[in-house]
Amino acid sequence: MKIAIIDYGAGNIKSVQFALERLGYEGVCTSNPNEIRSADKVIFPGVGAANSAMNELQKSGLNELIPSLKQPVMGICLGMQLMCTSSEENDTACLGIFPMKVQKFNHDLKIPHIGWNQIDDFGSSLFNQILPSGYVYFVHSYYVPLSQFTTSTATYSFKFSATIQKNNFFGCQFHPEKSSDVGMQILNNFLKL
Amino acid sequence: MLTKRIIPCLDIKDGRTVKGVNFVGLRDAGDPVLLAEKYSEGGADELVFLDISASADKRKTLIDLVENVARKTNIPFTVGGGIRTVKDVYQVLRAGADKISINSAAVKNPKIINELSNVFGNQCITVAIDAKPINGDWKVHLVGGRIATAIDLFEWSKEVEDRGAGEILFTSMKNDGTKNGFAIDALKRVSEIVQIPVIASGGAGSTEDFIDVFHKTEVSAALAASVFHYEEIKILDLKNILKNNKIEVRI
Repeated sequence: MKIAIIDYGAGNIKSVQFALERLGYEGVCTSNPNEIRSADKVIFPGVGAANSAMNELQKSGLNELIPSLKQPVMGICLGMQLMCTSSEENDTACLGIFPMKVQKFNHDLKIPHIGWNQIDDFGSSLFNQILPSGYVYFVHSYYVPLSQFTTSTATYSFKFSATIQKNNFFGCQFHPEKSSDVGMQILNNFLKL
Repeated sequence: MLTKRIIPCLDIKDGRTVKGVNFVGLRDAGDPVLLAEKYSEGGADELVFLDISASADKRKTLIDLVENVARKTNIPFTVGGGIRTVKDVYQVLRAGADKISINSAAVKNPKIINELSNVFGNQCITVAIDAKPINGDWKVHLVGGRIATAIDLFEWSKEVEDRGAGEILFTSMKNDGTKNGFAIDALKRVSEIVQIPVIASGGAGSTEDFIDVFHKTEVSAALAASVFHYEEIKILDLKNILKNNKIEVRI
């Protein structure tokens, strides 16, 4: 199986590559459109600020490529947020795969939402063999609200989308590559789709 | 529910762990990667690596280490020590670290916090603050607590938040190494005046100290080194005790 990890200069892409390695798969970090298009699975990671990430994607034309992909694509953290229509983070226009607006946490709890929190309300085969209320690692200040695309939730003052799915596009707000056994199982489930 | 985090801290010099590390069952207790694996399997929520190598040419060693830790573990980790520029942060994050921490560099040039936060997002920028009271006033210190500044701890905490820090790692130099408990009053104040998460550091000696800091302050995490390295406290045991004391933890 060919797995492309989209490399657009931002983010801790090595972590994703290493997580695949631990699962016995090889992931290629690449910005090459042909390589991405021909991969069996695509992972779209992201750490960083939405506007600088979108700038990088536009420079390389990846902003056009990603929404046109037909194979399973998983956006992680900022990668998931960038697949939405827009983000309140510096009022950034994003890729528009999910017709959702990414919002800033705006409550009295500590922000960013950093640490291990539980996921529930599973509605996807990504969660095969995952027990409800399993712990995964989040680190973010912006969130995707609940919608028809939500396939699991987490609660931080209120419920928000921990994962989303639309056709072949999967978004994961937490970092499966850093979420111990639960995260590894979710990645494995994605790779087996 | 978001859980409180327990974070072992590893001091790194030239790619090796320093400060008496004495894990049972490890052939090479100085290897930070082996330690990281052991902590990761033993229930740690996160790890902090503090590079105390003196020279800049050890940078490559640190980056290799970050890669090796990321390869072997599946929990998040923060890397600090000697990080000054966007390029430094880029290299460490790209190698697999989740967050970076800056300390003296931020005091000397506070604008670096804004700059890093704009490029990488505030969620991966931790500002480490070392402080202790001088004539009753908490003052920020530099160079591992050796050099005092006139900067007030609480004003600085607020400023780093305003500039875009995503988290504060506050070490009380007064408590550090004493094993007499965390600096509860100062931690309470810091964690109440900022909205970003605060990691408590300095003074952990017993499980009661952890219960205390989570019951009496708003901190999101507690960090310690020697009590974990010497296995005086085992993280899983600690977490079970915290849970019994109604503190939410991941077990």
